[in-house]
Amino acid sequence: MQDFGAAFVEAFALIVNFDAQLAEIIGLSLRVTLSAVVIACVIGLPLGALLAVTRFPGRGLVVAVISGLMGLPPVVVGLGVYLLLSSAGPLGVLQLLYTPTAMIIAQAILVTPIVAALTRQVIDDLHIEYDELLRSLGSSRMETVATLLWDARYSLLTAALAGLGRAFAEVGAVMIVGGNINHVTRVMTTAIALETSKGALALALGLGIILVCLSVLINAGLMGLRRTAERMAYA
Amino acid sequence: MHAKALRSVVPALLVAALVLAPERATAEDFIIVQSTTSTQNSGLYDHLLPQFREKTGIEVRVVAVGTGQAIKNAQNCDGDVLLVHAKAAEERFVAEGYGVSRSDVMYNDFVLVGPAADDAAIAGGKDVTAALAKIEAAAAPFASRGDDSGTHKKELALWTAAGIDPLGASGTWYRETGSGMGATLNIAVGMGAYAMTDRATWIAFGNKAGHRILVEGDERLFNQYGIILVNPERCANVKAEQGQRFIDWILSDEGQSAIADYRRDGKQLFFPNARIS
Repeated sequence: MQDFGAAFVEAFALIVNFDAQLAEIIGLSLRVTLSAVVIACVIGLPLGALLAVTRFPGRGLVVAVISGLMGLPPVVVGLGVYLLLSSAGPLGVLQLLYTPTAMIIAQAILVTPIVAALTRQVIDDLHIEYDELLRSLGSSRMETVATLLWDARYSLLTAALAGLGRAFAEVGAVMIVGGNINHVTRVMTTAIALETSKGALALALGLGIILVCLSVLINAGLMGLRRTAERMAYA
Repeated sequence: MHAKALRSVVPALLVAALVLAPERATAEDFIIVQSTTSTQNSGLYDHLLPQFREKTGIEVRVVAVGTGQAIKNAQNCDGDVLLVHAKAAEERFVAEGYGVSRSDVMYNDFVLVGPAADDAAIAGGKDVTAALAKIEAAAAPFASRGDDSGTHKKELALWTAAGIDPLGASGTWYRETGSGMGATLNIAVGMGAYAMTDRATWIAFGNKAGHRILVEGDERLFNQYGIILVNPERCANVKAEQGQRFIDWILSDEGQSAIADYRRDGKQLFFPNARIS
């Protein structure tokens, strides 16, 4: 098990020698993941909030389905998106397969249910608290949703971070729709999978250590922002 | 409250637009080659493609999957060129109209690798079917690709030649990993199992531990790679001209000697054998 020691040496060497190839892979990982999370939030936040404030027949089922979709297997999503974007598929004319855009689409599908389900939970709780007040103000449904989303923004950051974590760590979907093409669609996770299959285990684990560090840094950064913003808001 | 919300939404959307801005299509041409894990994992493409690009300006994007999946992807028109190693399946691909024509590119060979302990006592043998029979008789663990790749098809053909149906023992000593070559080798090393691999992947493989080549040199272990242009008459999106230029180059003297020049640890991994008609 000298591999663990070697992995830390590799990770350290990779960071010290920070070369263009590593920068490119990290950059693409960030671009794909952040784009997917932004899309997921644009869809998932209003969707989750709307589900929390409305009552309609079958709502329980919709909530259960969205919660269930939090566990979507990435490989299945990858396969579905592949079949859609394949030249032989319905969206083949767009020629998006094996591009970063295809990877963003696949990850957005994975992350949206997470954001929507967590948003619904957060807004549900807040809605109970605000219900009478909003009623007395005669707020429309859209205003209610907007108000609740705005007032829950700090809690909702957690939903976005959960989605970010999922997308950042995911390999099954981006491997299929991106193809792990060098300089085009190779991201951190697919590079790790490739190095593992080459038997370069220390290098693979070294890349993994960098991925984990990045994830921690991003989370810490956003949490720090949240704390500063909260302090400023309530000071 | 809403004006405030709006003020923070606008910059957020700007950031989003920035992040999502579609990548500018590169001015240069590119083609997609559907190929196998063995050619990629051995580092051959990292050696060949920069030379081709320098000469023609055409960027080659390689999607490395098992031969079965590569052929399937090419049938779906998701690629311009197919470079794989399962001759019968390749000829069927052309015969069914998915590909234009098939040319031999290069070869290497398969080897049986296994742990130093060698429970089935196959080390040093040349007869691959005899070795497989010994592995079966000893019920020694054998890690199979199990993924319909070129290597997997070859392995199954050799079991058939040995008169053995290993699938009956699947889950016991015969273990189908359903993974690529490198992943299967990692598993074989981990469980002390025998495995069949192409020599190029083995030489380039970094996690051999105590495993080594036990059987080699049987002419039935020959491993031929072929190249095919995906049929532009079936797939309108195929970049026939650039794809054909890549094929012409790899079959030319220049491309062939580039293949022969590629070495790992001083060993030649692929042997060019294009027959230009």
